[in-house]
Order: sequence, then C-alpha cells, then structure tokens
Amino acid sequence: MQKLIIGIAASLFSTIALAGDDTRVVLDDPLKTGIFSYHQKLILGDPARIRFDDRVVVKAPASAEDSLNVPVLVDATAIPNVKRIVMFVDYGPIPKILTFYPEKADAKLSFRFKIDQATPVRAAVETRDGAWHVGHTIIDAAGGGCTAPALAYASDDWEEELGKVHASIWPDRGRVRMVVDHPMDTGLAGDIPVFIIENLQLDDSSGTKLARIELHEPVNEDPAFTLYFAKGKLKDQIRIHGRDNNGNEIDAIARAPVTQ
Amino acid sequence: MRNISRRTAVAGLASTTAAMAFQPAAFAAAKKIYDLVPIKVADGIWMIEGATEYFTQDNGGAIVNCTLIETSAGLVVIDTGPSLRYGVALRNAIAQLSTLGVAAVINTHHHPDHFFGNQVFNQIPIYALEETRKLAETEGDAFSDNMYRLLGDWMRGTEVTPPNKAIASSSLSIGEREFLIYPLEGHTSSDLAILDKKTGTLIAGDLAFLDRAPTTPHANIAKWKESLQQLKAVDAAGIVPGHGIFDRAGNSLNQTTAYLEWLDQSLRTSVTEGLDMVEALESSIPEEFLAMGAMPQEFQRSVAHLYPDLEREILPLTNR
Ligand SMILES: [Zn+2]
Repeated sequence: MQKLIIGIAASLFSTIALAGDDTRVVLDDPLKTGIFSYHQKLILGDPARIRFDDRVVVKAPASAEDSLNVPVLVDATAIPNVKRIVMFVDYGPIPKILTFYPEKADAKLSFRFKIDQATPVRAAVETRDGAWHVGHTIIDAAGGGCTAPALAYASDDWEEELGKVHASIWPDRGRVRMVVDHPMDTGLAGDIPVFIIENLQLDDSSGTKLARIELHEPVNEDPAFTLYFAKGKLKDQIRIHGRDNNGNEIDAIARAPVTQ
Repeated sequence: MRNISRRTAVAGLASTTAAMAFQPAAFAAAKKIYDLVPIKVADGIWMIEGATEYFTQDNGGAIVNCTLIETSAGLVVIDTGPSLRYGVALRNAIAQLSTLGVAAVINTHHHPDHFFGNQVFNQIPIYALEETRKLAETEGDAFSDNMYRLLGDWMRGTEVTPPNKAIASSSLSIGEREFLIYPLEGHTSSDLAILDKKTGTLIAGDLAFLDRAPTTPHANIAKWKESLQQLKAVDAAGIVPGHGIFDRAGNSLNQTTAYLEWLDQSLRTSVTEGLDMVEALESSIPEEFLAMGAMPQEFQRSVAHLYPDLEREILPLTNR
C-alpha cells in the first residue's frame, strides 16, 4: 500500500513540468516532482551552492490523518553551523510553511501544518557559509487543509483566546513546547482575509535571543512547536514573544513544570 | 455532478495504477467482490464478520460487523457496510436467509463503514438516533471523498444515504421482536447500542471492539468509558462488537475499556514530557494491544485525533 501511494504520487508529479531548468545549480531531484527547481529559485533565491543531503532528516506520518494538523519533525543537527531552515511543500496553494532560525537552539524543530494535497515536504537548510542542504519526506493526504476556514470561529470566544500561549520548558532535557492560540487564516477560505502570526521569538531571562520562527499561512491553527537545546542551555524560564499581521502582540513567560 | 467526477477520478486512478512499475501482486489479483457469509450467533440472529484491519484495496472496506435479526415482519439489518457494492452483496446474502425480505435498517452511528450500504435500502425505514442522522448528513460527503480515495473502484456508484427515521423511544418493536435502545456516546457524539430482548444479545456498535484496535476520530474517551460501564451493567448473553468476533464473555467491553485507559494515559504522559506528535507516534505499545488488528495504525491515527486537545488541556497558560 505504501509503495502504491508513493508510486502514484511519483507518476502524477512527473507529468507536471515547470520551467526551472535555468537554475544556477541543476539538481537531480530524487523525487522527480518537476517542480522543485521552481521553488529552488523562488523560495530559496536560486543559491549558488545547493544539494540534496541525507543528513537533513524530515519525519512525518506517511499519510495525513488530519489535513489541518500534520505533524513534522525536521532534524538537521548532523550539519554544523546551521543558519536557518526553510520548510516548504512542492504542492500547495502557498508552498512556504516557515523559516526557523535556530540561533542558540539545536537545528531541530517540530511543528504542524495544513496540507492541501499529497506532496513532498522539503527542509532546506542553509549553513553560515551560504551552502544549502535539502531533505524531504512524502505525505499522502485527502487534502483541503489550506482552503478550510479556521475551526476557531465555531466558538464565540475565539477573540479572547487569541495569542494565549500554552507552554512549558524542560531545562534538564533541553526542550521547549508551546502552543499559541491563533486562527492562522490563509486568506484562501471564502472572504476571510489573511490573519496569521508572522513572528515568534524565544529569549532567555537576560533578553538574549535563543531562537526565532517566521511563520507563513500553512502553519496550523493554534501553532504548536517543540524546540530543542543542549542540556544546561535553558535556565528556569524563557520569554516567548511575537506578533501577528494585525499587530496583536504575543508575550508569555514559560517555566519548568513544578513537578519536575 | 460531484458523483460523476468521482467516478471519473476512480477510472483515472485505475489506469494510472495499471501503468505503474511498482504494482503489488495483491492489488492486481483482487477480484473486488465482497464474500459475505452470515454466521448464526443466537436464535434468529446472524452476524457478518468484518476483517479486523484498516481500509485497504484488498478488503474493500469490509472491516465492519453487520447484524441480521429475524422477525415476523422480515429481517432487521443493523449497519450496512462501506459501499453500494457491499450493500448489494448484503442484500444477496439476506435473500438466502429469509423470504420475507428486510423490514428495517438500523445504523449504530454515522461512520461510513457502518452506513454507506444504506443506498440499497432507501425504500424502507432506516433508523438511527437523531444526532446520528444529522451527522451523517453534514459529514457524509467528506467521508465519501476519503472512502473513494482509500478504496477506489470498490466505491463505484456509492452515494451517501443518511438514515431516514429518528429513534426517540427507549424501545423499538419490529414484528414480534422487541429491542431495547441505549442512546450513548463516546466513540462518536451519538452511539446507539441495541439489546434484543428475546436472546439477550447486545449489538454494541463501535462502543465495543474485540481484538481490533478501537478507532477515535470523533471520540470522547471519558464519555466512552462511561458508556462501556453502562453496557457492562446490561449483562448481555452475547455481544456483537462493531469490529471483531462475536463475544460471549464480555471481553470486548473489558478490552475496549483497558485500551482506552492505556491510550489516554500514554498520550497524557507524552504531553507532560513535552513530546511533539511525531515523537508521541513512536511511543511503545504494550504487547496485548500491539496484538490487536489494525495496530499500530490506529494508535497513530489516535495521536492525530487526540493530541492537540490534550496539549491545550495539560500545558499551562503562560501569558504575561
Ligand atoms: Zn465507528
């Protein structure tokens, strides 16, 4: 069954040809979707050094059970000096999901996103010397995740929930988990305009930046992230802050659970 | 229009598949015919046993138990399977059992594997709880899209046919036979269990699973466990679970309760340790549950269904 799905996906992908052969580096995409080179130019800015790299591990379920909440874990810790990780899909109305700047965190992130159809999910990792390393996985999906209205509007009090941060840190295990209440409207559902968190940042208690995430429309409603740190890097609390495209501020202090 | 395009999509999928290099042998060999054999489980009661698997191209979605009960007015059919083709096969199997035909259909809940065979019975009463009828109407099309995606040609011609009669009373008489009605919830927000008074046989729907992992796309675990307590108190002579073999000893109620307790606890532990869903998917599963049909897929599906709400419940609010 697994092979069958991937087989169908690959044969569909190969029928879509988009002009992208004129990239500075011509790559042989192992998934042969025919569209990767297009994203190589438009999303990654047609870098001079880029290659597919098995050290970029992207983990996700082979099939999306809930197209509005597809979990992904990207792990590029095998690559030294990571500057940023750009996550995007080959197929979807808005391909770019997020950009993660690890700063003082590990080059590893868990998040959830809205999937629109069966597609590869790519992680493009840029190192400080400007080279790019790309990894991926394929996710099968029933689809519709990006064009469905946010579920938040089913409840009357969604505005009160906006920007609430559910979070904890585990300093001894080097881990931050956070869920931020926000509709994350893609602008693709009916007349509802784009309404998304654009930026989330983690600081330590002295105000030093620990990590930053730029979010785009496909990030799930109520964005959920795990960030990973070396042991000893996290103290007893961190500040989580950011803003959405309507200027609403997010500001929270996450602490270690009392029971730890 | 919608159904025409689906049929075209199915045909397109089939031809794409045929041209592929990776074609698994089982897929090519599949006859796409449901072989439904009624098994007698009590006086005047037969069960058609589903495979304890997830939907596959091999099983055509015949993973559900349907129950046939003889009355003086004709047979009562409880749950109708995943597709039009299954409904037709069900009707043919019924014709071997009784010359009186089908008096009524009952749907235990709104999941597609339990009611998509209704189309064959649309001229007679199709009973369900009112909430189930509403859910079948509002969610039926989305289920249908997914079933066509998963089962392809097996679904050909299937059109969503929701129940057409609401059960509002605590008992139902069909012919000389009387049924006690238990309107419960937990597997979905509207789950019907039915007790045949004559034999003490309980048709539990998907509140009870046996040696097949319970499914949770619309589950409320706490309410489900309460419903299982109520069903235990019924002390039935035999139980037809929604999925799994006929149960003469109440094992299905105990096993489903134990699984739900473990599932809830396992996911809560993962949230409390700050695990992401992808990490929670890799949790170790006890041997007794790993041995159930459709594992570990159902555990993985349950992570997707239940994890986001548990996180919001457990992780503390931290705003300044
Ligand atoms: Zn069900």
